[in-house]
This record gives sequence, C-alpha cells and structure tokens, in this order.
Amino acid sequence: AMEDVSAKFVSQKISRTRWRPLPAAALQPPDLFATGSWDNEDNRISIWSAGDLGNAGLNGEYHGEPHLLCDIQHNGDVMDMQFLDQERIVVASSTGTVTIFRHHQNNQTLSADHQWAKAHYHVGQDTSCGGAACTGVVCNNPEIVTVGEDGRINLFRADQKDAVRTIDNADSSTLHAVTFLRTTEILTVNSIGQLKIWDLRQQRNEPSQIFSLAGDRVPLHCVDRHPNQQHIVATGGQDGMLSIWDIRQGTMPVSLLNAHEAEMWEVHFHPSDPDHLFTCSEDGSLWHWDTSTNVSEKPSFLHQGGRSTAYLSHSTMNQSVVSAWLSNDPTKDRMEITNLIPNQTLSVNSLDVLGPCLVYGTDAEAIYVNRQLFA
Amino acid sequence: TPLTDTVPPQVVPGADPSARQLCFAWGPAEVLVCETLFGRAGSAGATARALTGSVAGTGDGAPSSSRVFVVRRDQDIYIHTLRKLFNESHGIFMGLQRSEEELAGKSRKAQLVQVSKNYRSVIRACMEDMHQAAVSTRDPALQGQYSTQVSILSAMELIWNLCEILFVEAATAGPLLLRLLDWVRLHVCDVDSMVREVLSSESPSKHKLFWNVVDVFVLQGRMDEARHLLSKEASANPASMNMYKILDDLMKKMPVPSLGNTQTLTELELKWQHWHEECQRYLQDGTFASNPHMESICKILLGDEDAILEKKELMTTWYHFLVTRLLYSHPTVKPMELRFYAQSSMDLFLGGESSPEPLDMILMAAFEFEMHQVIKECSIVLSNWWFVAHLTDLLDHCKLLQSHNLYFGSNMREFLLLEYASGLFSHHSLWQLGVDYLDHCPEFGRVYLELHIERIPLSTEQKALKVLRICEQRQMHEQVRSICKIMAMKALRNNRLGSALSWSIRAKDAAFATLISDRFLKDYCEKGCFSDLDLIDNLGPSMLLSDRLTFLGKYREFHRLYGEKRFAEAARLLLTLMTAHIAPCSFWMTLLTDALPLLEQKEVIFSAEQTYELMRCLEDLTAGNPDKQKFQDDDVETTKVEMLRLALARNLARVIVKEGTVEGS
Repeated sequence: AMEDVSAKFVSQKISRTRWRPLPAAALQPPDLFATGSWDNEDNRISIWSAGDLGNAGLNGEYHGEPHLLCDIQHNGDVMDMQFLDQERIVVASSTGTVTIFRHHQNNQTLSADHQWAKAHYHVGQDTSCGGAACTGVVCNNPEIVTVGEDGRINLFRADQKDAVRTIDNADSSTLHAVTFLRTTEILTVNSIGQLKIWDLRQQRNEPSQIFSLAGDRVPLHCVDRHPNQQHIVATGGQDGMLSIWDIRQGTMPVSLLNAHEAEMWEVHFHPSDPDHLFTCSEDGSLWHWDTSTNVSEKPSFLHQGGRSTAYLSHSTMNQSVVSAWLSNDPTKDRMEITNLIPNQTLSVNSLDVLGPCLVYGTDAEAIYVNRQLFA
Repeated sequence: TPLTDTVPPQVVPGADPSARQLCFAWGPAEVLVCETLFGRAGSAGATARALTGSVAGTGDGAPSSSRVFVVRRDQDIYIHTLRKLFNESHGIFMGLQRSEEELAGKSRKAQLVQVSKNYRSVIRACMEDMHQAAVSTRDPALQGQYSTQVSILSAMELIWNLCEILFVEAATAGPLLLRLLDWVRLHVCDVDSMVREVLSSESPSKHKLFWNVVDVFVLQGRMDEARHLLSKEASANPASMNMYKILDDLMKKMPVPSLGNTQTLTELELKWQHWHEECQRYLQDGTFASNPHMESICKILLGDEDAILEKKELMTTWYHFLVTRLLYSHPTVKPMELRFYAQSSMDLFLGGESSPEPLDMILMAAFEFEMHQVIKECSIVLSNWWFVAHLTDLLDHCKLLQSHNLYFGSNMREFLLLEYASGLFSHHSLWQLGVDYLDHCPEFGRVYLELHIERIPLSTEQKALKVLRICEQRQMHEQVRSICKIMAMKALRNNRLGSALSWSIRAKDAAFATLISDRFLKDYCEKGCFSDLDLIDNLGPSMLLSDRLTFLGKYREFHRLYGEKRFAEAARLLLTLMTAHIAPCSFWMTLLTDALPLLEQKEVIFSAEQTYELMRCLEDLTAGNPDKQKFQDDDVETTKVEMLRLALARNLARVIVKEGTVEGS
C-alpha cells in the first residue's frame, strides 16, 4: 500500500541504493541502507537510517522518513555499490577507481578504507592512460569482482593491495554488470546482448560459455541469479525487456517478458523468497513480478533471518517456482506483475530488497523506503 | 525578461563600461560579457542591461588583462537547498499537464485548487528545511543566507496563496472572506510567540499581555479562542460577570458566511445588520464603559476603523488590517470590490509614513485582479523563474491567460517555462527536469531541447544512454546520430573498436561503421588475427548496415569455417566474397593468399570452374589494377602472384584429372 512508503528528497540524483546485510541471527527487518549519487558536481556516499524504530507500532508499521546518519565525498559518479560485510561497502566509480568505504557505527562516520586507483582504464591513441568507468561490482567477502567500460574484469581481495587476477580485453564491448554464479564463477552482461560465464579458476582469458539474445542484440544492463536455483538467471535490457535464462540448456533466453518502456537498470530476485522479482527502469517504473499467486501459504518475512526455517517452508514451493520462472509463457501461467510507482516520470536507477523492505532511488533526487512489501 | 519596459537596468558587478568597451554573447541560459581591448571612446550608457542575475565567475582582477563575466539569468537554480523544490514541483507540474480537462466545472476547479495547494506545501516544506538549516548552522554568514531564503520562500507562498484564493478558486462573496481570514491566520506569525507565551503561563488572565492576545484573536476572527480566554478572565472577576456575558453573547452570535449553501447572502446580510445594531446599542448605552479593553473590542466588532487601527502593531501588515476591516464592516465583500478596500487599507495603514515595498505592490496587484501585473512584478523582484513559471502555468490551466499574447515569441506561459527550463539546463545535475518542461512548450520547446541536449557533457556511457533515450523518445534523429558519433569517436580514441562499432550500429551510421570495419581489417592484416571476435561473431542483422561491415562479418565467417575444417564451404564463401564484389578490391590479394592453403590441401577443394574464377580474379587484380607498377616493383607481391599462379595451375591439373576420373568411372 502507498501509505507504507516513505519518501525523502535528498538534493542529489541517486544511482545506487543498498540495504546493509543483516547479521546471520537477526530477527529484525533491515534498518540501515547506503546510497550513492551520480551526475552531481559533488557526489556522495551516504548512510541512512530507514525510519524511526522507536515509533514502531505493535503491528510492525513504521513512521518517519529516512534520515541521514553520515556521508562522505566520492570522486566521480557512483556507478555501482555493494556491501562487503556489515561495515564495509565497495564502490565503483566513473573514474575507474574502486574504493572500500568503512562505516564506523560507534561515531557514525564514513572513511575510505582501501582504494584501487584506476582499476579500469583505457590505453588510447593519444591519451596515455585514462580511467574508464567501472560499471559493476560484486562481492563475496573477501573477493571482489569489478567490470568496466574498458571490457576488463578485475578480481580483488579486500585484504590485498594488487589485483589477484585481471582479464584485459575480456569483452570487446562495454561490460554493464556482473554477479557471482558460484564461488569461482561469474556472470557478465554486455552492450551487445550477451551473457557470459567466466570460470575464474581457469587461466584461459575466455568465457566458458556465451549466451546471447537473438535478433537485434539489444544491450543488457543488469543481471541477477536465482538465490536457490543457480541455473535460473534474470537479465534486463535496453528495451526494458526482462529475460529469464536457463544456463543448463540452450544459448538463448527461455522467456522474454515485457513491462518497461526503457532501459532496465536493475533486476533482483528477492533473496529469501525468490518467487518474487523486482525490476526498475529509466521509464520511472518499478515492477514487482510475483509467481507465487497459486501458493496459499504466505511465508513470514519478519523471520527471514532464521534461515533454516525460511528455507524449509519454501522447499515445497520451490518446485512450482522453478516451473513458473522457466515456463514458456509465464504471463499466462501464474505471474502477477504490479507497478509500485504510478505517475513517476524520472528514472528509477536502483532498488534493493531485503526481508519485507524495499528501497529505491531516482533521478528526481528522492529515495523511497517501503517497509511492508508484502502487506 | 518578459516585460522589459520598466525593468530597472542591472549592472554586472566589476564590469566597467566606462573604462573598456564591453561585448557580450547570449547563451542558452547565460550571457558572457567580455571586456574588449578597445578603450572607451563612444557614448557612455551602454551598460549590460536587463540582466537579472549575478556574476558567477570572473577572471583575475589584473587591470591589463581582459575579463570575462558569466552572467546567469536564474540565480536560485544554484542554491542547493532549493533542489528539493525544483524536483518535487516537477512532479506536480507533470501531474497537472497530464490531468487534461476531462473533468468539467466544479471537479476540475477542485483539482486545480488541489494542485495549487500541493505547490504551496512544497514551498512550505522547503521553508521548514531551510529554517532547520538556519537554526542548526553555526556559520553566521550561512545563517544569514538561509534566513534570507526563508523570508523569500515565505513571501512566495503568501503571494501564491492569495492568487489561489482570488484566481484559481475564484472564491465568491461570503466564502471569499473566510478564505482571506485563513490566509491572514496562516501568514501573520509575528504574534504567535506572544500567544503561546500567554496561553502557557500559569494564569493567562493575570499576564500583562492578556488583552493583547484577546485582541489578536478578535482581529483574526478567531472567536472561539477569544471567548475561551475571556471566560477565564470572567471567572476571576465575578463583579463584572454580566458585562462579560453580554460581550461573550455578542461574539457568539456574530453571523459568519458559511461555506455550504445553507444560507443566501441576503439572509446573511440581514442577520448581520441585526447583530450590528445590537452591538451598536450596547456600545451607546455604555455597557462596557467601565472596561476600556472590552469597549475597544466592541468597537472592533462594529468595524470602527480607528479602533482597529489602534491595534496596528498586533496586525503588523496592511493586508491583515484589510481583512479585519472587511470582517467587521463588509463580510459579504465581492471579489471586484476588493480593490477599493485594499487601496484605502494600505493608505490608512501606512499613513504616508512609509512607502509600499515590492511585496505590497504585488499583493495590491492581486487584489486588483491584475494577474499580468502580479507576474510581471514577481519576475522583476524574485531571483528565480521557478515561481512565475509555475504560477503562470497553473493560471493558464485555469484558462485565465488565454487573451494575452506577447508581441514576440509565443504566449507568456511558454515564455516563462522556456526561461525556467533553460536555467535547469545550465545546471550540472538538474538538466533532466528541464526536458519535461520543454516538452510542454508547444511552440519553441522542441528547438530549445535540440539546442540544449547537444550541450550536455557525456561523461560516461550510462549518461550518454540517458541522453540518447530522451532524444529517441522524441524522434530527434539528428541528435541521436550526433551523440552516437561522439561516443563512437571516444571509443575509437580509446582503442575500443568493439564499443565504437556498437555505437555506430545504434546510430545506423553506415559511414562510421565502414571506417571502423576498415580499422578491424587493417588490424587483421597487421597482426594476422582478429581482435574482438566476440563482437564480430555476433553481428547478426546489424551486419547489413554497411558493405564493409558485411564483408568483415563474412570474412570472419570464412575463417571460422576454415578453422572448423569445413573447407568446401570456406572455399565457396571465399570465392563469393570476390565474385559478388563484397570484398573491397584492396583486400583481394589477402583473400587470394587465404586461398593458398586451400589449394595446397591433399584433397581437391576448388572445382575446375571455381579455379577458373579464382584465376580470373587474380588476373583482374594484376591487370586491372591501376597500381600495376606496384606489383612489379614489389618483390614480395610478385612472388605471391607467382606462387598463386603456380598453385592455381596445379589445382587445375589435379581437378581436371579428378573430375575426368569421376566422370569416366
């Protein structure tokens, strides 16, 4: 419901929003999130408290808008951002630099912990070595993988000064996003509609598999992997199309779903309830894709921190989920889709879901928090 | 500036036209003023006129060097704390443009009033933020800035609210007075602290400002609050209980206009006349003579101008005086009568002691229903286009401005929106908002957008994609091509051939695709292998964009077939590339050389007919080539040709034998 959404105008265009991950045993919903800005003269990384926890009512409803805890200046546009752990955030910059920021919770400050300057760069004809935008970052503590406009893939370790591995010219077009498939394998998407799997154990500088869109080779902008069924991958493209891929078979997507009218900037499966998926776009919409409509028993999200419970209660459901995402015509079968932002005009650049909470940020310089996604 | 006739000239600080001749150039949202090398010889007085704005940046102050001044036409665009105002109001503006006039009559009016209220609540929210900022900062200079902004925002809201009552809602006699009362209560806040102090004191009736607060309530028509306070005083003074009771009764019985249609104006006027006479009676028979406070309140109830004016400092402004005066002497005032009362109230209140300020003039123009005057004065006084652009757009949607055409450009609404949007485009981040405003300027919006969009710096591909999307949605083909070309050139400079190619494919720029394909082929000739195979192998239908790109794709396909040992297919493709003239002539030699290993295979691959064709290709190349000289001079080339001829001849021999055998058997 709309009244559960709190908004705040923050006087900077938001390129990324990320919930701070919850500790393993946490029972509460997430309370802290980070944002990054772009296209400002002075870009910033900010840490926000989602709302006033003190005002939490008995039914778990919250009041109050997000408020700023601390922020720090960031050189260049924030292109991507990912929490490494509870305290550290890895940030990809348009200058090609990758920085780890640390959030000191005792005195609410942010500081730069470590930096790989110009991790992405061009070797041009006339310019000696200019930075190239780092477009995507993904972490699996302590490993960090980054991709960029230079078509390069870097593998870093949070505790090591130099890159563990670099694949120069991994892609001849721009790499737009990256995510982990398994601990040693990553997925990348690029500007000519390809999805590639890279096995970082292999020394070969080639992808182990290439998938691609048929026809017009529409650029892909984002990628996410199903949290439980690793062979199910979702990507979003320049035409706003959501593609679902089964990487066990074929080289083309299993299904193409149309909802957005412009670039899809992010796609996320719900981490603990993956029959829900969220996408946002340049057209100013944010879609909730729900394949759980036939499931009568709703899981309890407030207890999603208790992993085993959540997993068990879902195990029966997973069968139907698999068939729902991979069915040839999911729209016909059992997918319900809802636009969570009617009347929005400017781009929704980023979203993140965790537990019952959704946070998203826009070019209209506002951040929104919905704390009762499934209410 | 839309209405230049009376705009006072503004001097660019630091630019001295008496010392140096100045020149200037208009930009989309800024003006450059430069000092020239020429001394001042001509007539004085040619100053940079009519520029609302300030010097945003100056060169160094050395007297010998010429300076360049950047004069911005919309100063407030750069105030960080106002970005919330620009962004939030953008959403309201877009909502208003979408809500086209399907609703009729009353519901349309209610919709427009709601839009107006939304705009005001954004102003108020911004004001509160600014106030918080002023309170929390320790820097006195910053504090001063914030406080100035708070008062500017507060004035904007005051004006907007009045315009909402008079123009958008167009309140009629009766409700008009109630609206004006709300307006005064909302905006006259100077007495609020005094009211709070008295009300929170232990015994309000003993407080020295007690009667002041009662007066404030009466002057603002807050009867219930006034009576509540009076009842406290009454219970403390049982002796004068009767007097209090009478005053309380008068205040209770005062007829007020109702918002519903429960009574007609005539009924109200009748009741009011009755009540007025009753008050008059009590005053004349000296009921309140023993208490000057109560007597003065009774006089106020009777609309006694002198009695009201005595409370000047409790009203603080002439427009409060106006509304109090209307409340107690002309409660059924009609909109068109307002101008007379407004003018006389201002004269009486200021009493010739002080002259009216710009804000007074703007409010007066509103009371006079001179909408254009309001907009004009606001354009001059305020240092932003935000206010006039949004207010004018709203009034235009109320169909109040149709008759007014400017003697230049389009209508006033569009003119002001163009100015505001241009300011947004001059800002590093806010340019995205400007796009939507220009979309709603039917006459010149498109041209402005075309000019502005090309000037946005494309720092990353992501930003370029956003700009591109704006252009593609509006079929701005020229701009799409130019953006893709810029990005393709950038990629090329960075040796990112793959990226460069995908940008030119997006722009359907055949010439550029050819250029890049040639680079790929050149690289191949030099290194002997292809770079960016992932791209070339996946060209798909975009391969058809340019002949050279087609060749590149097909040529790569030949290599793949060869690599997969599908020799017959490879041979056929290679030959087609030449015979169908897909390959550029300059590349034929390379292709023929590629044929060599196929000719040398153990198995015969080229048929006799194909071999003849290959021979003809070779002879065409050596004979028909205008650079014949080149082949003769170049030893390597000559050897190559010789080798090819030999290989072709041997192949022909083998194939004749083979084909002969096959046919013979």
